Amino acid sequence: MKIDSIQNGIVLDHITAGKALQVYRDLKLDKLDCSVAILQNVKSNKMGKKDILKIDKDEYNLNLDVLGYIDPGITVSIIKDGETVEKKKLELPEKLVNIKKCKNPRCITSTEQEIPHIFKLTDKENRVYRCVYCEADK
Amino acid sequence: MKHLIDSTDLSVEEIDSILNLAQHIIDNKEDYSEVCKGKKLATLFFEPSTRTRLSFEAAMMELGGNVLGFSSADSSSATKGESVGDTIRVVGCYADIIAMRHPKEGAPMFGAMVSSVPIINAGDGGHNHPTQTLTDLLTIKREKGRLDNFTIGLCGDLKFGRTVHSLIKALSRYKNIKYILISPKELRVPDYIITEVFEKNNIEYREVSTMEEVMEELDIIYMTRVQKERFFNEADYVRLKDTYILDETKLKYAKKDLSILHPLPRVNEISTKVDDDPRACYFRQALNGKYVRMALIITLLENAGRE
Repeated sequence: MKIDSIQNGIVLDHITAGKALQVYRDLKLDKLDCSVAILQNVKSNKMGKKDILKIDKDEYNLNLDVLGYIDPGITVSIIKDGETVEKKKLELPEKLVNIKKCKNPRCITSTEQEIPHIFKLTDKENRVYRCVYCEADK
Repeated sequence: MKHLIDSTDLSVEEIDSILNLAQHIIDNKEDYSEVCKGKKLATLFFEPSTRTRLSFEAAMMELGGNVLGFSSADSSSATKGESVGDTIRVVGCYADIIAMRHPKEGAPMFGAMVSSVPIINAGDGGHNHPTQTLTDLLTIKREKGRLDNFTIGLCGDLKFGRTVHSLIKALSRYKNIKYILISPKELRVPDYIITEVFEKNNIEYREVSTMEEVMEELDIIYMTRVQKERFFNEADYVRLKDTYILDETKLKYAKKDLSILHPLPRVNEISTKVDDDPRACYFRQALNGKYVRMALIITLLENAGRE
């Protein structure tokens, strides 16, 4: 199966197989009016199989925190005139703002409307994020 | 430090500074009788409290300041659906500093994000109670003369007891403290305290289920109430509730200079016959709560004045 290369846009490679749709949803790519290709279960020497997303849009500001949180192994390539001009490696973000909601019913975020949902990374090894208000983990 | 939301917000230096000021106030009460003249403390208690609210109010009065506020959500605009954010913004127009208790965890932190004046967390649900922690630290310092090199037993409900979690976190920054956690298996400290406080900082701890087996080792025992509503079946509660009653018999095995602490309220976990024992510190601890809150009010108002 062959998908054409993009001239100007972003390629998200090395997505853990099966996570492409989550990335698509959480990055709100359905709101874009450009072409977006979702490739699932692509053969990979390194990963066995992987997912890939191609976004055919120039000047698109990607939320790297969302990506890093969902799958820190993703490689982000910025494409200009058919060439890769930049590769970004992701890390687990130290802070998540309005990416996840606190599920603790006793947390102030469950009743206060204007409040931003903020989580902080407290254990990098085990990927533990805690709500800054109630300290419940995600 | 602009606000006090969590005891771990404070550096060791800041804790020492507040405790030293509290001790100075105790030794020189008259010097502090007018330091907050013309200042107002708002006590916003969305949830009832006896000791904490009264000790905040007494603290501000002894500093020569004034107090306004409410003692339950029923007597505030919360009943009309006003948000915490709006309440804090409005009260900030009338008061110089706010002490706030709220049943929702993290409410004082959110209050601090929108407030123009310093916020003190006076308890947020089962989460944090930093002024109780400062009270406990001042009590340990005054009773023992130090905040390091001792063995502390924490006894009772270690799972839901917020004072226990805050105290462990605060003490974890001091050296050579050994923790003995005395509780039924149903009420052991949460896993995150074990992994993120004890193991992460290489701190020595031990979990046991009876007081008797460790009593002679302890320099401090911090008692808490075993709460009936936490048990899934009545039989377990009945079986365990009397295990954690500190009485004269158990104290026979204890050190002569043991310090017995309790955040109060007490139900039956410390026999009233222990009250006259010089090792019983819990009423002195309640008094320390007023002095530490005086020190905290002064510190936060001074910091706000510098901005």
